Amino acid sequence: MALSGLQIYKLLPKTNCKECGHPTCLAFAMKLAAKQASLDDCPHVSVEAKESLAAASAPPIRLVKIGTGAREFQVGNETVMYRHEKTFFHPPGLALRIKDTEDADTIADKASQVNHYCVERVGIDMSLNAIAVENASGDAGAFKQAVEAIRSKTDLPLVLMSDSPDAIKAALQADGGHKPLVYAATTDNWQAMADAVKGANAALAVRSRDGLDELADLATKLADAGVEDLVLDPGSRALGKSLSDVTQLRRLALKKNFRPFGYPIITFPGEVADTEEGEIVAATQYISKYAGIIVMDHFDPAVAYPLLTLRLNIYTDPQKPISVDPGIYEFNNPTADSPLLTTTNFSLTYFSVAGELDGSGMPAWLVICDAEGMSVLTAWAAGKFDAETIAKAVKTFDVASKLNHKKIVLPGHVSVLSGELEEELPGWEIMVGPREAVDLPAYLKQLR
Amino acid sequence: MPETVEVPKERWTGAIREVTLGATAGEGGTRTRTVTVGGETTLPFLHFEGSMPNPPVIGIEIQDSYPDDWSSVLKDAWGDVLNDPAAWAKKAEELGADVIVLKLRGTDAAGNPTTAKQAAATIKNLLPATGLPILVRGPGQAERDNELLVAVAEAAPGERLALGLCEDKNYRTLVAGALAHGHVVIASSPIDVNLAKQLNILISDMRMPLDRVLMDPTTGALGYGLEYTYSVMERLRLAALTGDGMTQQPMVCFVGEESWRQKESRQAQGVPGEWGDIEKRGVTWETTTATALLESGADIVVLRHPKTVGVVRETIDKLMAE
Repeated sequence: MALSGLQIYKLLPKTNCKECGHPTCLAFAMKLAAKQASLDDCPHVSVEAKESLAAASAPPIRLVKIGTGAREFQVGNETVMYRHEKTFFHPPGLALRIKDTEDADTIADKASQVNHYCVERVGIDMSLNAIAVENASGDAGAFKQAVEAIRSKTDLPLVLMSDSPDAIKAALQADGGHKPLVYAATTDNWQAMADAVKGANAALAVRSRDGLDELADLATKLADAGVEDLVLDPGSRALGKSLSDVTQLRRLALKKNFRPFGYPIITFPGEVADTEEGEIVAATQYISKYAGIIVMDHFDPAVAYPLLTLRLNIYTDPQKPISVDPGIYEFNNPTADSPLLTTTNFSLTYFSVAGELDGSGMPAWLVICDAEGMSVLTAWAAGKFDAETIAKAVKTFDVASKLNHKKIVLPGHVSVLSGELEEELPGWEIMVGPREAVDLPAYLKQLR
Repeated sequence: MPETVEVPKERWTGAIREVTLGATAGEGGTRTRTVTVGGETTLPFLHFEGSMPNPPVIGIEIQDSYPDDWSSVLKDAWGDVLNDPAAWAKKAEELGADVIVLKLRGTDAAGNPTTAKQAAATIKNLLPATGLPILVRGPGQAERDNELLVAVAEAAPGERLALGLCEDKNYRTLVAGALAHGHVVIASSPIDVNLAKQLNILISDMRMPLDRVLMDPTTGALGYGLEYTYSVMERLRLAALTGDGMTQQPMVCFVGEESWRQKESRQAQGVPGEWGDIEKRGVTWETTTATALLESGADIVVLRHPKTVGVVRETIDKLMAE
């Protein structure tokens, strides 16, 4: 039975020591009630309180940390089925699989490629998160060697893949305590795998070969054996079946508080499809539907960039849309004669306008005003997008120095600002553009 | 003791309406086959708790004159057929389109505004070239859409075309045209549950039967508002399944148009090396957008690149397999 924030508060030390990272014990209690914090964060909680709170305070899906240092990533601790209900919190880690049967140069090349890949979008750096090493050779020595070779190239967390507990032990040693994920415990080897990861500071994946019953059974056994950081693989490798499976895992964890499924999920898009295109589709599905870790078999920047963009999109907080930075933006290599337009910094406004300007193929400048992340009409109504704001942006970003002309195009919805803006920007010609972004290409054509 | 996991099923009370596109000779048209979308009683592809009697369908977009502004990746993939809507439609049919989506560009090859007469001639030439149901979109400005689409409606009576986009600004004229000549309308609203619902109510108030209304929630491409479309579609679908009658229309997403408009799918030079090869990136952009929207409730995805069509077809087949 879940406790309310106030019920939890009564059991806390009430010292407001802030060591949990929250301003007060009450605030911490509220977070615990919302299952967004772990009781472990409170260093002063009494043993009795801990016991009575344990059941209520554990998040329905455990937060699992993989890796160490700057490359650590966290997955799990999700609280909703649909992102509009709140948000999705922890983006899935993307990994590339390397097999220990590949030649040494290939292994080293792939490892450093993944290590260095980083691409920027709306001011955010996006990278891959891990490398999976598979013991395809079946030989513990070769496995260990591959792990060492990869470790010499990168600090990225590893997923160590082998059925053999001995091979895993050797690989754990070669990994050198970077908190890897071990894949996987099955009905055949779970006890030995549990022993192998104990004391090794590693998370352990559980793979079912026979549906969700077996998965629940194994996860329960491993939790009872003291392995805390588990990751689930329901074992399905057909696109539709695995969608059903991950949906059921998430529902059971969130709605029924079914403990054996209260862990992040690992998926293998390459095992779902025969082709790279099929792998991309499966990865797309897993990014939007409930994966914690996604192990890919191909790496190509032309694929990594769209997939990382999708991850960014899906894990954007719907209540706090990413606003773009105010400033001057260039489209299609503008010159000093190219037209200048303006709009607000609401991300969707920006993307609509940017999409049309880009798509038009015609050069243009766009000055983005700080309208506190609101769309044109909303910002105008709230007084956040007025003549003063626009004039300020024009001056702050020294727009005039880039141009041979003094003309600025307003969004059609705020044509009423023309007069005031003329006063704020003496000597400028204020023009009124279309109301909708979609009409921009036609408007620009007509300007020419 | 072995665990027994109880499969968690939602008990939905609503269903999506079925909408049939195209009419055969027996039904007053000339199509060789019709396509029915909708009918779902569960969230996309969750066969364990409900049914999806009609698989989502693929539309291939063609245009009434040469798409000069298209990405070179698309122009290379299609070649000469881009100059001839009839040949283009035939090629699209060969590639496995379920429906043909004709976009009227608004200007002819010489750059002059398309006349109503030209629009009527385009649909008349297209009808004998393909036996598939046809969706027709105007250039996207309310007045021009009315002018051209009403002419199309008149020129193809009884064909059960889907006409759009029907927005709050111009729905009256378009709905009247569709009602008079036996067509379907595409109701389009800007990524908003309430506006979508309101438009369906307005259209239904004109006595348009709701089995002749498709919804376009407005598509944001990957990186350009996809997440807004994705969530609005999930919300619309949840509302529909929980019994809100004015959200139960099948949804159409113009994936190709939005995906191929962006820098990522157009620009080969002067972009970061981390973006990779232009063709693969562009196709992946479209595939990813299509997949994400199919899984949030799209009943029709309209595509542009032949390769995407193949991948999305395979995806739908896999997701429909129980």
